[in-house]
Amino acid sequence: MSRRGDWVYENNGGTCVAIAGADYCVVAADTRLSVGYSILTRDHSKICELADKCVLASSGFQGDIKALHKNLAARELLYQHQHNKRMSCPAMAQLLSNTLYYKRFFPYYAFNVLGGLDSEGKGCVFTYDAVGSYERTGFSAQGTGSTLIMPVLDNQLKSPSPLLLPARDAVTPLSESEAVDLVKDVFASATERDIYTGDKLEIVVINKAGTKREYIDLRKD
Amino acid sequence: MFRNQYDTDVTTWSPAGRLFQVEYAMEAVKQGSACVGLRSRTHAVLAAANKAASELSSHQRKVFRVADHAGVALAGLTADGRVLSRFLRSECINHAFVYDAPLPVSRLALRLADKAQVCTQRSWKRPYGVGLLVAGLDVSGAHLYYNCPSGNYFEYQAFAIGSRSQAAKTFLERRFEGYNDYTPDQLIKDALSAIKETLQGEKLTSSNCTVAIVGRKDDGTVEPFESIDGNRIQEIIDSMEAAEEAPAAAAAAAESSSMQEEDKGTDAAPMDI
Repeated sequence: MSRRGDWVYENNGGTCVAIAGADYCVVAADTRLSVGYSILTRDHSKICELADKCVLASSGFQGDIKALHKNLAARELLYQHQHNKRMSCPAMAQLLSNTLYYKRFFPYYAFNVLGGLDSEGKGCVFTYDAVGSYERTGFSAQGTGSTLIMPVLDNQLKSPSPLLLPARDAVTPLSESEAVDLVKDVFASATERDIYTGDKLEIVVINKAGTKREYIDLRKD
Repeated sequence: MFRNQYDTDVTTWSPAGRLFQVEYAMEAVKQGSACVGLRSRTHAVLAAANKAASELSSHQRKVFRVADHAGVALAGLTADGRVLSRFLRSECINHAFVYDAPLPVSRLALRLADKAQVCTQRSWKRPYGVGLLVAGLDVSGAHLYYNCPSGNYFEYQAFAIGSRSQAAKTFLERRFEGYNDYTPDQLIKDALSAIKETLQGEKLTSSNCTVAIVGRKDDGTVEPFESIDGNRIQEIIDSMEAAEEAPAAAAAAAESSSMQEEDKGTDAAPMDI
């Protein structure tokens, strides 16, 4: 809530998380949509499947997020027509970054986490700020609950310092089911203390076989 | 008699009320290699005879997917066709973005026709030298349109364009009345037969034709616009030939067509379109 008469954004809350594995990627987001201290709906998906191995989860201002997702989906269709194949996750990562920076001086109020499989079939997660700065990581959280979740993920998943030798992979050695369990646990924790996170958790798992979707109940208060 | 005086640019009428440049453009369509389209109530099929510039080169792409629910086959200046396909794709994407619904096929044909008409009324432009068969599926069923360089377009049950298309048209005229109730497989077979008519003696194989289909199955699921795989086309051609010839000769025919060079599998370098 802002005193400015020309404030065109609002924060609809919610949290998004993604974890990359050796041959899978887990992308999850809660389904609560809020404004101020009210809940608009308990059943709103923040996740968009952009390509068969590429899934975007965004939290922030839903108006901008819807427009951003539509924009990217249309660009992916154009890419399909031109290249005769679907966009890879790293390609979409760059496209998302460029799309966000294009509006550097009137940004999309969207905090994004892009997850999927790269061209070699390994899990990848890309995390963004609102104007397109991005990085490929092994895991990330964005949104209102991110400050509660990220330290836990760091504790569980972070590999030792990159300065150590031998070099170790950023992707977690966890199995797919262990990663999904971790996601459920961190969301349950975030739901306890973040008022904007709760209701239901939507988990999307991408692996060689395709994409699977799962819904878990969270606390509704 | 006056043709040569009034045909310099598209903005000059002839005394008989004709625009010769537009008619010359339609001539270019007749020179291109053949395409046929046909439709039933629920499915639309496009087929094209592939022509390679030489034995060394790849075939020209004549069938393009424009959206999940629509595609085009073209005859004439394929470069013009490529550019128009890109335009149609962009129109479909924009419509879906704004209205969250697929662009109805009649509107798609209309956009294309309006674009073609512009080129018949500007002195610094020339008409597009390509005829397009637009096939698609929307809420009102399957549709087939023919767009010509003049900016005219008509809906058809079945049509053929390009060189030696008259042979295909004659074939289709005899059979089109039953098409509304045809199954997709029957449509594909008739499309292949029509293309065969235009080859006039040359053997029909999966390497010298392309077939694409779009439609809605009986249970409501949509089959998006897709080119049919070369192997499957060859199977259909083989079964058609087996059905035609006497059973004794059928074995010999099947054996010879299976020895045909199979290069449909390797897609030509995706031309940047």
